Amino acid sequence: MTARIQLTLPDPERDHFQGSADAPIKLLEYGDYECPFCGDAHAMVQEIQRRLGHDLLFAFRNFPLTNVHPHAEHAAEAAEAAGEQGNFWGMHDLLFENQSALEDEGLAAYAAELGLDATRLIRQVAWKIYAPRIHEDFKSGVRGGVNGTPTFFINGERYDGVPDVKDLLSALTAQIS
Amino acid sequence: MSIVITNSQTGSNGRRTALGPGVPAPDFTLRCTPDQSVSLNEFRGRTVILAFYPADWSPVCGDQMALYNEVLNEFQEFDAELLGISVDGAWCHSAFAKQNKLHFPLLADFEPKGAVARAYGVYDQENGMSERALFVIDPDGIIHWSYLSPIGINPGANGILSALEDLKTKSETTAVAK
Repeated sequence: MTARIQLTLPDPERDHFQGSADAPIKLLEYGDYECPFCGDAHAMVQEIQRRLGHDLLFAFRNFPLTNVHPHAEHAAEAAEAAGEQGNFWGMHDLLFENQSALEDEGLAAYAAELGLDATRLIRQVAWKIYAPRIHEDFKSGVRGGVNGTPTFFINGERYDGVPDVKDLLSALTAQIS
Repeated sequence: MSIVITNSQTGSNGRRTALGPGVPAPDFTLRCTPDQSVSLNEFRGRTVILAFYPADWSPVCGDQMALYNEVLNEFQEFDAELLGISVDGAWCHSAFAKQNKLHFPLLADFEPKGAVARAYGVYDQENGMSERALFVIDPDGIIHWSYLSPIGINPGANGILSALEDLKTKSETTAVAK
């Protein structure tokens, strides 16, 4: 199943991404919506996107650690379901901004806030429509060398440095200098 | 608690001398809960993943064990049993496992401290903990693959899965040859 996915490079045909598909710097995050470190990284990624503009493609794959984060799986499914209604990134942002309120009622409220069909979204979450895709994300991460959340890959290489704006930015800009 | 070491590793300080492929995995009996013990030889006939890690509550270890907990299904597809092992005591392990909802045993290499880590050549004498080391042991009790990770780096699960795939291919080839 994972054989057709590039494990550590974003696939614009498959993945949710922001920026241009042919941007010279490709940043792929494997993350968990309930993980506090991913919450911290969310603001960092937004800052980096502001700084790098068109030079950066940012893609996100799900890596929910469901035993320690009981709401992570539903949150990931809600983001995918929002994606089906055309607003993955709106939900992605709201989930990270509301990490302590990820129960299904919260997910429905965020869908409504985004002007999405909340009933449809919650039904899809309950039916686990996107669970296979999330598992596919997860498996590709495991085989690609994800070792915790968040894990970042810069143009296919795992970033093992400090997850702060300064260090990540210099690793990213090194790709184009 | 009895610890049977059938193949002890000698080195000046035990570091960077992890047992490698082809070597019989030293047997041991360790506590897995405050009132239960487990021996490696009980798993003969099955593949065993031994994951040595330095300490229960240090952040990287938590991530590493939490990750393996999520990958258990993948390990089970290869009929492989995962055993975590550190020098922490059984009560410490039980609190750590409960907190992280771990669904695999954590073994206490506690008394004599680090004896099993020493037997596998992965005891860090200086810090009094085991190194972060992985062993895949085949159904005959022979080490098929081992990996010693830099102490601060979580090795992830990919190396284990590749070793399990390799072992499966090897055993299928052997079966065909027979």
